[in-house]
Amino acid sequence: MLNNTLDFIPEIPIAEATEAASDWLKSTFSFVFNPIKEHFGNLMEFVAEDILMNIPPVIFIILVALLAFFVTGKKLGLAAFSIVGLVLIYNQGHWDDLMNTVTLVLLASLLSVIIGVPVGILMSKSKIANMIFTPVLDFMQTMPAFVYLIPAVAFFGIGMVPGVFASLIFATPPTVRFTNLGIRQVSKDLVEASDAFGSTGAQKLFKVELPMAKATIMAGINQTVMLALSMVVIASMIGAPGLGSQVLSSLQRAQVGTGFVAGLGIVILAIIIDRITQNMNRKKD
Amino acid sequence: MAVIEAKNLSKVFGKNTKQTLKLMDKGLTKDEILKQTGNTVGVNRANFSVEEGEIFVIMGLSGSGKSTLVRLLNRLIEPTEGSILIEGQDLAQMDKKALRKVRREKLSMVFQQFALFPHRTILENAEFGLEVQNVPKEEREKKAKEALQMVGLGEYIHQKPGQLSGGMQQRVGLARALANDPKVLLMDEAFSALDPLIRKEMQDELIDLQSSMKKTIIFITHDLDEALRLGDHIALMKDGVVVQIGTPEEILVNPANDYVEKFVEDVDRSKILTAEHIMKRPETVNIEKHGPRVALERMREEGISSILVIDGKRNLKGYITAEDASHARKNESTNLIDILQTDIPKVKKETTMHDIFTIIHDSPTPVAVVEDDKLVGIVVRGAVIAALAGDGEVNL
Repeated sequence: MLNNTLDFIPEIPIAEATEAASDWLKSTFSFVFNPIKEHFGNLMEFVAEDILMNIPPVIFIILVALLAFFVTGKKLGLAAFSIVGLVLIYNQGHWDDLMNTVTLVLLASLLSVIIGVPVGILMSKSKIANMIFTPVLDFMQTMPAFVYLIPAVAFFGIGMVPGVFASLIFATPPTVRFTNLGIRQVSKDLVEASDAFGSTGAQKLFKVELPMAKATIMAGINQTVMLALSMVVIASMIGAPGLGSQVLSSLQRAQVGTGFVAGLGIVILAIIIDRITQNMNRKKD
Repeated sequence: MAVIEAKNLSKVFGKNTKQTLKLMDKGLTKDEILKQTGNTVGVNRANFSVEEGEIFVIMGLSGSGKSTLVRLLNRLIEPTEGSILIEGQDLAQMDKKALRKVRREKLSMVFQQFALFPHRTILENAEFGLEVQNVPKEEREKKAKEALQMVGLGEYIHQKPGQLSGGMQQRVGLARALANDPKVLLMDEAFSALDPLIRKEMQDELIDLQSSMKKTIIFITHDLDEALRLGDHIALMKDGVVVQIGTPEEILVNPANDYVEKFVEDVDRSKILTAEHIMKRPETVNIEKHGPRVALERMREEGISSILVIDGKRNLKGYITAEDASHARKNESTNLIDILQTDIPKVKKETTMHDIFTIIHDSPTPVAVVEDDKLVGIVVRGAVIAALAGDGEVNL
């Protein structure tokens, strides 16, 4: 008897409702999604194929090495690692995949920052915004990343654009959270000083709060970039080109060797991006 | 006219503050109100007025509400009730824009922990108040440099605050506050984080700055010695209530209640009381009119062994001793000049007892108190000791 008690509640059609909502969104806002898909897709193709792939790999590697050299305070370690790592990727014939992956990661991260920082600021300033966005962020981070692929495909078809969309949802929360935290952590003294001298809200934000929160925000951005990178394999399931798609196809064909090489490429890229963004955050004085 | 006036100024932290205000009217204490309502009384109906150009010290122990009070004065904390009149305008009623204008032009604040912006150079810190007013770069740099010069920091302007010592950091804080040439400086325990030597140095400099710039200063401190050194008037706070307002002497000599009395008990009175407080009306003879006979007569009447000599305009000439006077009388001399001794120690009315102490110790005669060479009083050993003991009669 007790075993069936809960059966009296009819099944709530969450799945159907979500589907209906998604369909409705898709058909109603197709005038939004389609141009995004088209223009953004063109932009990404342009960045990946017309810019990045047109740069001779040697030049690209030298530029990355120089960036690593200066960002780390003129130390050779990271620069040397970048050269060796990138040459290895080239040597294994994954250069174009690398460029596609870089494009996906950079654009997804850039969009995450553009969206995440203002939302974080809003959350730090408004209790209501904080109450609304906190559960949304929890949801975004805990929902399995694969789930995002479904609406991404529904809205944007397959390819790089839905990949960026899925990465965006998955990777934005750290930037938002760290921005919020960073601003809330600015010492009360400094906020008072800024108020006491008659700053407007905007002056306080740009002259005091954001500069003081910069290190924390940068830590959040670093996390966002790493999460975006971790999405490249998943995004390849919906046709996003790049190192991830190599991993995926190796998986499907049980080719351990090629899978390992492509995976290694992702690791190398991850280390280079992580160290560079972390060192950007390092205090100069 | 008063520059700042607080009327019935109150702050209650918590919910349902109206009810708490009623309890405050009934005379309940901070503790009782906390028990009944859960609300904390920050400031309880403070009334005071600060005159132009004075240093007004608000003193109390931690938790007495002094830091809350100073933040009410520029509305960093919103008052629950009451008004803050700045040159007659009520700050409590102002909208945000008007409030910003007052904060930019009339009130500057110096903070206990300096609150310098670590990402800005010293110069940029000092410029901050002008920067938010959108003063052009050149002009604000000039003014900021002047302010830094004034506090003796002309050379370090391109360093970051983290590279400076505490004392120097607070000079930057002071320069930042002075740069926009405010009417009133609010100083919240500005020197409390400094070590004692530096603190004294800063106090002296503040007094110098004050006398040259004629700023009105509201200075918060928990240190009575500091309050007595700096304050033209002192407001003593306890549990959010202003217990007594007065000059340093008034507070020392006539404490309003047990609390104040306890507070001032341990003060080094020798550094506060001056010659004026302990001097007596002197016995004198006039060198133009009197001879040894009169001098001896007066000394006998008063039971003293020497007497001060003045001229018709009360200018101090010196003193004569009983011994010399009686010699002179035996020799039938009629004037005092021959026996006049001039090595009498003189002090001013403002000289502290601390300084008089060493003078009187080395001197066989009482110490004369003079003002423009005119004799105004005399300090005898007994009076110094009695005043130091805290039970001597003191003139105010």
